[in-house]
Amino acid sequence: MASLWRYLLAVIGLAAALAGIVAAVYLHGAGQGPDLSLSKPTANGLFVASLRPQSGAVQQGLLQSWQLTLVARDGTPVENAAIDIAGGMPQHDHGLPTSPQVTGYLGQGHYRIDGVKFTMSGLWQLRLTISAAQGSDTVVFNIVP
Amino acid sequence: MRRRTGLALALCAVLAGCGKPDFSDAEKKTIASLALSALPPLPADTTNRYADVPAAEAFGSTLFFDLSMSRDGTVACSTCHKIDRQFQDDLPQGFGVARGTRRTMPLAGVAYNSFFFWDGRRDSLWAQALVPLENPLEQAGNRAAYAHYIQSRFGERYERIFGPLPDLSTVPSDASPLGTAAEKAAWAGMTDVQRDGVNRVFANVGKVLAAFERSIMPAETRFDRFAKALAEGVSPQGDSVFSDQEMLGLKLFIGKANCVTCHDGPRFTDGSFHNNGTPPVPDLPSDRGRIAVLAELDADPFNCLGAFRDGGEEACGELKFMRRTGAELIRAYKTPSLRGVAGRPPYMHAGQFKTLEAVVAHYAEAAPSVEGVNETHPLTLSDRERAALVAFLKTLGE
Ligand code: HEC
Ligand code: HEC
Repeated sequence: MASLWRYLLAVIGLAAALAGIVAAVYLHGAGQGPDLSLSKPTANGLFVASLRPQSGAVQQGLLQSWQLTLVARDGTPVENAAIDIAGGMPQHDHGLPTSPQVTGYLGQGHYRIDGVKFTMSGLWQLRLTISAAQGSDTVVFNIVP
Repeated sequence: MRRRTGLALALCAVLAGCGKPDFSDAEKKTIASLALSALPPLPADTTNRYADVPAAEAFGSTLFFDLSMSRDGTVACSTCHKIDRQFQDDLPQGFGVARGTRRTMPLAGVAYNSFFFWDGRRDSLWAQALVPLENPLEQAGNRAAYAHYIQSRFGERYERIFGPLPDLSTVPSDASPLGTAAEKAAWAGMTDVQRDGVNRVFANVGKVLAAFERSIMPAETRFDRFAKALAEGVSPQGDSVFSDQEMLGLKLFIGKANCVTCHDGPRFTDGSFHNNGTPPVPDLPSDRGRIAVLAELDADPFNCLGAFRDGGEEACGELKFMRRTGAELIRAYKTPSLRGVAGRPPYMHAGQFKTLEAVVAHYAEAAPSVEGVNETHPLTLSDRERAALVAFLKTLGE
């Protein structure tokens, strides 16, 4: 009799532990998703890069202008940076449909980027390679139009 | 008895619509984005000042159907773009003065595109129209002959829209930088002023044809009526009721089968170029799609950055920032609209597939591309699911 109780308790305990693990995995998974922040430090922390569409919102299927703001670690604007833009859709193994370029320096660490277009719905990435007096660094933005 | 049926129906509706696939909020949003009601008004084309001028549209319509707009007087735009056949010709490859190498594209909603042809080798509707006029397999004419024809046949009509014609009295009867050896020689012998005059008349012919083509719009379909009812939360009536099979097909199209990643928006196209693994046609010349035409597009004197554009250069973003490199452009073709698709076999850029069943089987297999990389991935689809996808595609054309 006692052994049956112990057996039952063990089963209940095991089930509880399993439920706990499932819940933990589920909650963790739910909270993950891609980081959609449009302002972040570059990979090696040389700069903080902030991106925003000129019209305020990302629009699928339209050629848009964006503005990039670059500051150094100490918060000072980064001038005269050379910026290369690449990217694509990681889930579909293809690159950007257009070749966006920096088309002007607007002062105060602001750069104008032209030719950005997201043709499909889903997760896109923009990868910027930034070279300035401080050195070279990269940053990846996740964007869902 | 009646009350009991009502109760059963209500219960049925609560329990996810009697076994009919129910749509999640995300799916409903996607379906709404595909409906014709989501199509924005046609944007202005600032590169063509005559795009929305009624007299230009009417002149364009005359020229579109005019058989004299060809070398032998036997081929017009409408020979291949048939008005009662969705502006296409049901052939695997278009046939003008001879058999061509690509399938004639239907024209509903064509003015919404940024790039034209299967490979996007022109960047405006008016620059596109100039290509078949001189293509030796299509209308096979030459621009000097077209300028003379416009003057003799439509001089007054032309001048009312564009102002005085240039002096063509000393321009050779046949001349073009793209024509036969004799036509090229005649073109080379012309003065800059003569060449510019002829090019201007030629560009204006493109501009009136474009004005006419802007009026060719997609029509409402059963799918649109179904989508409207779904969006309004009312039950579809009459022919907008979808069968279980059509519902399943729609669910697959926007879900498991991933079709909507490329065939998106109210025209069912992202307007971009993809390699979907379509095989080449054995007896046609090699065709590499998008990658092969970028230099031609950049060099086209009638492109957005050229001398014949109206309006400012800010309209030229698509050309300026288009992708010019990358393996993905190999055998990449423009995603076609799927509106009306069931009514116009065969399919793909050279009519490779005779039926929608064959198209769906092609996507399910997703065999490697002969060159470049097939962007689509194999799909596990049962026979029932394949038939459902086809049934859904048919709702885009009734
Ligand atoms: C001989 C048949 C034929 C004739 C004549 C013809 N076309 Fe076409 N049209 C085609 C084919 C084939 C294609 C696709 C060609 C390619 O991709 O290389 C096409 C493509 C087009 C497109 C591009 C549509 C898109 O979605 O990109 C337009 C617009 C068009 N034609 C308009 C015209 C006009 C205007 C004329 C008359 C000046 C004309 N066509 C004459 C067969 C023809
Ligand atoms: C990666 C983008 C992509 C995906 C995903 C995709 N298509 Fe396509 N589709 C294309 C392109 C590009 C073409 C034209 C290819 C060519 O002509 O070589 C095309 C052509 C077609 C055609 C022929 C239309 C015509 O007028 O010739 C049909 C039908 C079609 N697709 C249906 C589907 C269905 C159904 C699915 C989902 C199972 C799907 N597509 C998924 C890009 C895609």
